[in-house]
Amino acid sequence: MWNFIKPRQSNLRAWQLGLLAAIFVFWHVATKPGLIPPLVFENDQQAAFFFGEPLKIFGRIWAWFVTNADIYQHLWVTLLETVLAFGIGTALGLGCGLWLALSPIAAAIAEPYIKALNSMPRVILAPIFAVWFGLGIASKVALGVTLVFFVVFFNVYQGVKEVSPVVLANARMLGASQKQLLRHVYLPSATSWVFSSLHTSVGLAFVGAVVGEYLGSSRGVGYLILQAEGAFDINTVMAGILVLTVFALLLDAAVGKLEKRLMKWQPKSGETEKL
Amino acid sequence: MNALELEDISCTFVSKGDATQRYTAVRDINLVVGAGEFVSVVGPTGCGKSTVLNVAAGLLAPSTGHVKVFGEALTGINTRAGYMFQAESLMPWRTAVQNVMAGLEFRGATDAAAQAQEWLKRVGLGGFGDRYPHQLSGGMRKRVSLAQTLVLDPDIILMDEPFSALDIQTRQLMENEVLALWGAKKKAVLFITHDLDEAIALSDRVLVMSAGPGSHPIGEFVIDLPRPRDVAEVKVVPRFVELHAAIWAVLREEVLKGYQQQLAA
Repeated sequence: MWNFIKPRQSNLRAWQLGLLAAIFVFWHVATKPGLIPPLVFENDQQAAFFFGEPLKIFGRIWAWFVTNADIYQHLWVTLLETVLAFGIGTALGLGCGLWLALSPIAAAIAEPYIKALNSMPRVILAPIFAVWFGLGIASKVALGVTLVFFVVFFNVYQGVKEVSPVVLANARMLGASQKQLLRHVYLPSATSWVFSSLHTSVGLAFVGAVVGEYLGSSRGVGYLILQAEGAFDINTVMAGILVLTVFALLLDAAVGKLEKRLMKWQPKSGETEKL
Repeated sequence: MNALELEDISCTFVSKGDATQRYTAVRDINLVVGAGEFVSVVGPTGCGKSTVLNVAAGLLAPSTGHVKVFGEALTGINTRAGYMFQAESLMPWRTAVQNVMAGLEFRGATDAAAQAQEWLKRVGLGGFGDRYPHQLSGGMRKRVSLAQTLVLDPDIILMDEPFSALDIQTRQLMENEVLALWGAKKKAVLFITHDLDEAIALSDRVLVMSAGPGSHPIGEFVIDLPRPRDVAEVKVVPRFVELHAAIWAVLREEVLKGYQQQLAA
């Protein structure tokens, strides 16, 4: 029996799902009023009040997506903010990274400012963006962009600096113009670094969107969570967190898929191929 | 007309952090490669052989002296030359055939893919066009590099110890391939190596460099072995042995000098 369920490569997925189920079961048993005598709290209602109950949370999610179907507009706004922040931040980071890496003088001038901007706790900017761009999606996108930009920027900068000098010299000998070097050498070389940063950036774009909504908005999942918190409705808060987590995972998977497609030239460790 | 002329070339490198730290790698280099001639440069390690080649390629501006390519002064990259590097130089994000066609693509050729495929076949890799460099062995990668350089049909071929990382059998195969390709097209070749056998077997002329710093040619030998040659067979010809002994007599002292310097450093 143990041999059959022993963790190994082939039943990894089952174990992962089992762990998830175990967590929810534990959560349910520990919080359901009246199921077990209160161990930590004074009465059996308090655990449910502080931690929520999985069944009610799932009921909430079900209502959001199916019976009431009222989450879609909020989810749409949050996802739009995330994707915009991610796209704009990545494009800006890529552009600035390439530019500064290829122009040492510009990099030398900008260096202290970039360091200062990067070390600044940028979430502080959210209220300022709200004043500048209003309470719509623009202020959330702006916050997400400031978070995403630096991660991508530093990776591209590093990536361009690490281009193999031999590959570069070879491309020049083969007759590549400055523009062709950028397109055929610097950019592909930097993309491997960019992709390692994109997984982090997707998460940060989400942080920007939700934190922005949380601080002031009239739509979005962050707004839903804020509303629920005001009413001490912990189940809705938890439901919102779960929904956000699932969509963050989906976005991350999408980036992973894109990475696999674009980076197929990269050697994977331990790969052997039959010729 | 000579394909390549290096006149009074000196290269002094200045340390980036400390301007007083200078190192003169090569001094007073005078070197001529005739059209269609195969010239090898041998010397102890660290004698600045690669520096000479980089100057000829236009990748490195000399401190003094100038370079002439088919009689014209060289400024910037030497566009009539193809360069085969010692280290891995293929673009890892391009497949073998895409690597071979890179130069044609940069020049805007329309039938780049067909020509590249043709050259891959010629170096024996016709079926490996869609593989990425990391999926090829070291010898195959060198052959892709060779095709990448030769597909552009350069008038001058610069080679910097291109086969030093290969095992001896693969190396002899590659050397014979280079000889066959060179024999068919008769390009000017400047070949850098530390392997005297290889230099004699391939070349029309062998130059011996002194140990650095301030390395310069100290001997020149015309290799009058008949062509076509087979690099494995030619090594037992009496004339080969004679030439080898004569060049080694000059080279040995420099190798020892270079070794002593490395020990002292």
